[in-house]
Amino acid sequence: MSDNVKGLSVVLTNYEAEILSDWIKEQSAALRRAGGAMKDTELRDQCAEFLRLLRTAAQGGQVENLDGPKWNDVREMLGNISRSRGLQGFSPSETASFVFSMKRPLFVQIRREFGKDAEALADTTWLATELLDKLGLYTTEVHQKAREEVILRQQQEMLELSTPVVKIWDGILALPMIGTLDSTRTQVVMESLLQRIVDTGSGIAIIDITGVPTVDTLTAQHLLKTVTAARLMGAECIISGIRPQIAQTIVHLGVDLGDVTTKATLADALVVALERTGRAVKRVQTASKGA
Amino acid sequence: MDVTKNDSMEIRLSDHVVLVRQAVRKWATDLGFSLVDQTKMITAASELARNTLDYGGGGTVRLELVKQGPRNGLRLTFEDQGPGIPDLEKALTDGYTTGRGMGMGLSGSKRLVNEFEIVSRVGEGTRVTITRWK
Ligand SMILES: Nc1ncnc2c1ncn2[C@@H]1O[C@H](COP(=O)(O)OP(=O)(O)OP(=O)(O)O)[C@@H](O)[C@H]1O
Ligand SMILES: [Mg+2]
Repeated sequence: MSDNVKGLSVVLTNYEAEILSDWIKEQSAALRRAGGAMKDTELRDQCAEFLRLLRTAAQGGQVENLDGPKWNDVREMLGNISRSRGLQGFSPSETASFVFSMKRPLFVQIRREFGKDAEALADTTWLATELLDKLGLYTTEVHQKAREEVILRQQQEMLELSTPVVKIWDGILALPMIGTLDSTRTQVVMESLLQRIVDTGSGIAIIDITGVPTVDTLTAQHLLKTVTAARLMGAECIISGIRPQIAQTIVHLGVDLGDVTTKATLADALVVALERTGRAVKRVQTASKGA
Repeated sequence: MDVTKNDSMEIRLSDHVVLVRQAVRKWATDLGFSLVDQTKMITAASELARNTLDYGGGGTVRLELVKQGPRNGLRLTFEDQGPGIPDLEKALTDGYTTGRGMGMGLSGSKRLVNEFEIVSRVGEGTRVTITRWK
């Protein structure tokens, strides 16, 4: 073990209590600034545990390379803290502050131990800086990965959320499409619609495009492919929600929706669908007051 | 004709086509285009941006607010350094495609705008300019 590492590990061992209480103070100040909600006891437990692991690892004799097995516990705990802060919406710097806020409390104790020995003081401080910087960097890496996972999951949820196929009546499915019909989404839409047609044995599917901002040749082609595939599964499609400006544009564009039934609104489409399945919608007079 | 505002965007990914549509929507709305005019211009832009991407191998679009006398308009210029179009007349025919499209993009967008100009040289690239007046 080099003298500097020994020095650092001595400081961590002898002044653990002082470092801990200073560090907690720094952190709760930082957390309050960040508007973070964290119980004092939870923070205290986290800090105490981390300091204990850090001391144990440093006693192991080397702090240059944190990839080694002696640092496993430190990395694991730090990873968990960063991930959980990342998921709670902390920023990368707020997350890294868990580590960086230890600098001052640690340096104070290093100075106390080596105050008269300028060389040892400088070397140990340098070693501690390097160590904390590496750990800080590690927190931001984990934090970023966690954020990326969240975003990816949200995107996938959106992909599914935005393509709900709903059964609105026996034998009638509706698919309200919202947003841009790029290739990935259209694929998902088409597959889920076809699957639901099979699962429910529905004979009619209403595709509502009220929420689709632009219908160009690519969108039209995707729609027509979906209609054709549905037909092969034995279901007829009705396209609804074609707003007037979209209707005019499609006509000028020269796109032919072929023999697909189109309706202005989902309600109109539902009436047609009910009729085709041998039903009718009729108003029932109620005997309420004034009627 | 005066250009009172201009901007340019790259078209290298299919997400860029979405961004081009959004930008054209914004510019057309700011110009006070009616809903129908906006939709026509956005749709034409969508077609040409996708051609630039799919056939031109990517390129750029320049957006310009133009003024001619009392009229205001929106002009878009799509440009690529792709393979070019050997037979423009054919390419502008309804239903003609060398890909897997409907072959309606070029001819259709021509019908959606007031002015349409296309210059293409084989081996050099293609430039399509469209204008819609308010
Ligand atoms: N920028 C370009 N560079 C090279 N070739 C092009 C370019 N734009 C169009 N073309 C050619 O012109 C043809 C017709 O284009 P058009 O946009 O009308 O139809 P499409 O893109 O094939 O199908 P659609 O637009 O209906 O989905 C294309 O198939 C392609 O061969
Ligand atoms: Mg095209």
